[in-house]
Amino acid sequence: MLTATPIILTGAGAFIGLLASAFAKDAFFAQHMAILAIILTIATVILLKRFQFSSPAQIQRREEAARSVYMDDVIRWGVIATAFWGVVGFLVGVIAAAQLAWPELNIQPYLNFGRLRPLHTSAVVFAFCGSALITTAFYVVQRTCRARLWGGNLAWFVFWGYQLFIVMAATGYLLGITQSKEYAEPEWYVDLWLTIVWVAFLMVYVGTIVKRNEPHIYVANWFFLSFIVTIAMLHIVNGLSMPVSLLGSKSYSAFGGVQDALTQWWYGHNAVGFFLTAGFLGMMYYFVPKQADRPIYSYRLSIIHFWGLIFLYIWAGPHHLHFTALPDWAQTLGMVFSIMLWMPSWGGMINGLLTLQGAWDKVRTDPILRMMVISLAFYGMSTFEGPVMSIKTVNSLSHYTDWTIGHVHSGALGWNGMITFAALYFLTPRLWNRERLYSLRMVNWHFWLATLGIVIYAAVMWVSGITQGLMWREYDAQGYLVYSFAESVAALHPYYVMRVFAGLLYLSGALIMAFNLFMTIRGKQRIEAPLRNSPAPINDKPVVAQPAQ
Amino acid sequence: MELSYQTMRTFADSWGLLYMFIIFCFVVFWTFRPSSKPMNDDAAQIPFKEDN
Amino acid sequence: MANLTHRFLEKHKKLERNVSLLFVFSLLAVLVGGIVEIAPLFYLENTIEKVKGMRPYSPLELAGRNIYVREGCYVCHSQMIRPFRDEVERYGNYSLAAESMYDRPFQWGSKRTGPDLARVGGRYSNEWHVQHLTDPQSVVPESIMPKYGFLTEQALDVRDPAAHLIANRRVSVPYTDDMIENASADMKVQAEIDGDWDDLLARYPKAVVGDFDGDPKRLTEMDALVAYLQMVGTLVDFSTYEPDLSSR
Repeated sequence: MLTATPIILTGAGAFIGLLASAFAKDAFFAQHMAILAIILTIATVILLKRFQFSSPAQIQRREEAARSVYMDDVIRWGVIATAFWGVVGFLVGVIAAAQLAWPELNIQPYLNFGRLRPLHTSAVVFAFCGSALITTAFYVVQRTCRARLWGGNLAWFVFWGYQLFIVMAATGYLLGITQSKEYAEPEWYVDLWLTIVWVAFLMVYVGTIVKRNEPHIYVANWFFLSFIVTIAMLHIVNGLSMPVSLLGSKSYSAFGGVQDALTQWWYGHNAVGFFLTAGFLGMMYYFVPKQADRPIYSYRLSIIHFWGLIFLYIWAGPHHLHFTALPDWAQTLGMVFSIMLWMPSWGGMINGLLTLQGAWDKVRTDPILRMMVISLAFYGMSTFEGPVMSIKTVNSLSHYTDWTIGHVHSGALGWNGMITFAALYFLTPRLWNRERLYSLRMVNWHFWLATLGIVIYAAVMWVSGITQGLMWREYDAQGYLVYSFAESVAALHPYYVMRVFAGLLYLSGALIMAFNLFMTIRGKQRIEAPLRNSPAPINDKPVVAQPAQ
Repeated sequence: MELSYQTMRTFADSWGLLYMFIIFCFVVFWTFRPSSKPMNDDAAQIPFKEDN
Repeated sequence: MANLTHRFLEKHKKLERNVSLLFVFSLLAVLVGGIVEIAPLFYLENTIEKVKGMRPYSPLELAGRNIYVREGCYVCHSQMIRPFRDEVERYGNYSLAAESMYDRPFQWGSKRTGPDLARVGGRYSNEWHVQHLTDPQSVVPESIMPKYGFLTEQALDVRDPAAHLIANRRVSVPYTDDMIENASADMKVQAEIDGDWDDLLARYPKAVVGDFDGDPKRLTEMDALVAYLQMVGTLVDFSTYEPDLSSR
């Protein structure tokens, strides 16, 4: 229910943006605030057009009617945003990959690799995965608590506030507004905005759990909750900085040198641990049982998984700083905990996979379930590769090379991407009340394109990374270094070209998904032969009917 | 006693380790104690409840 | 006894059903690791040994470093030489913690698509840097670095250099009042030909002075970036440096 408050606040925000732009202390801040003012002005106009002039009594009646069912409008928007940002993030990734293969593709200054790569990582991690997390968290918490989202319009604020954060961060990178702390690039004022949005997110989430109609808190909610809480903590501490001026874009980190490095990687590693792992495990613990139509293999294992994972993950950050000027004891601690982390990770993977015990035949016929299985397989693979790479001897070779890039991509594309796609395919027919997806065969195509893309990507980056590492340390018989750095760069060209190809495969899969979801939302059904061995009728219908609308 | 790197390390290697191991054993025992089975089985069914 | 167990179980049931307890316990679980690892870095004395020669960046170097940060150079270039034979031979002495003590943010990086830059200072001429930044492939044919020629076109736009120093001082970088008062003048004079550099060099020893971008009339972003690149990793004199063995 749209009230006057959001309109007033958005309009006021637009005005403040305009003022800030006019009185800015540096050119970047002026440009960035002008962008903000334009976005918020458009938002205000849209909100005004949608405003209905109803009496408070009418509004109250409608609100009471709405209170009995789940709040799904915001989730529908979330599904669209997730698919959109996925395509954007992969596209920018392909462009950035192509720039490494053919440097002529850099367009200075705005589209140079140094500005595009943060845009790519943020678009995938924060825009695509972040939207997926907010969307599924809202969906899962309502279903497992059997309660409507707490806080009314606050959920809308969380969604649109987060989208605003994404756009401000992205435009900032292109303009050159960045802290250049990996995965925490947005400047101080964008960070502050995210903090506000995140606290609202936490309130909505906890509020919904508090008013639940279910005695237990389902384990998926534990993971989501720990993700929200921990990201809040990490973001606030790592973002601490001193702005040069309250009307300027530049700030200086509150920590310097080695302290900044450890704080950053404590943040950076746990952005992986809690954003890309704990949150996505929350998705896994809901969507895998739902799609397989059987409860999680061992609920009790999931509890151990939860406590083991969140306790161990937080220690592992220093493995990003092996052999640096960070004290040795911290490096060793990071390594030991990284290796221990293998256990809960695989416990979770096994728990997910064994859920399919007795239902493995479905993997053959249901491409959505197959996506979930492959995402768990990639989760298992990258949580094995990670501990291996955290061993100091391995790290001495792998660090600074493309091996790391391959590792993050098998995690992000394989685990996060695949489970998100599966969740989107699961959600779309249900949310729009469609009998089935537009096309299950397209899901199958998406599955194979994406899988092939990831496998090529990871394999190419292994070869490229190990080549790089070995060339850097190659000595000849006289005791001289054999290769100059430039020679190692030249040697990698073929791999960089292959990487572009792998990225294109993955991107084309995502485009097929976007089309499939779009047609599903429009209510179309593609007339197609059922998949091989698939018992007709097509089996991605909701297991049971939708809750009352 | 001086709080140096060495003392911290010795503590972590011994009592710290033992302490964490005991906590781990307790958590595992607690989660898998037989009487908790019905409750956990009940919780595992939550995703399927909304459909009814 | 049975009664006691029963009561305990009842209490535990509450824990498993209470969201605030779940909140508190998971927060505790994730706090421990961070506190144990990060907190000691701030009070264990041997984390950062005191090393002779380290000083805060001069205003022009700081402006240049901010351009380095702005362009995301860390995405491809590390500034952290690990203590391996091949790295030390390729790049120079391994990096010390103290060498980045005034780096906010740190720019150690995590990927070497290009070479490490921790000791790039003084390795090439100013002309080389300008040419290389303008058209990297003209100097290193194998290079896949983007072009940064626009830095020569853009005038250095730091409206209030002192404000940058003050912000740094607020987060405890030891800029003196003298440095802050002279920030604007220092920024200008460092890139002048035959400027009066004595005061600047007294405040910021080893600062590299003179025109950097080949155009002495203008103070450009290229001037600032090259001024920074030419001093990276040069402050500590390793011919006299003796490592404090207890710190590693």
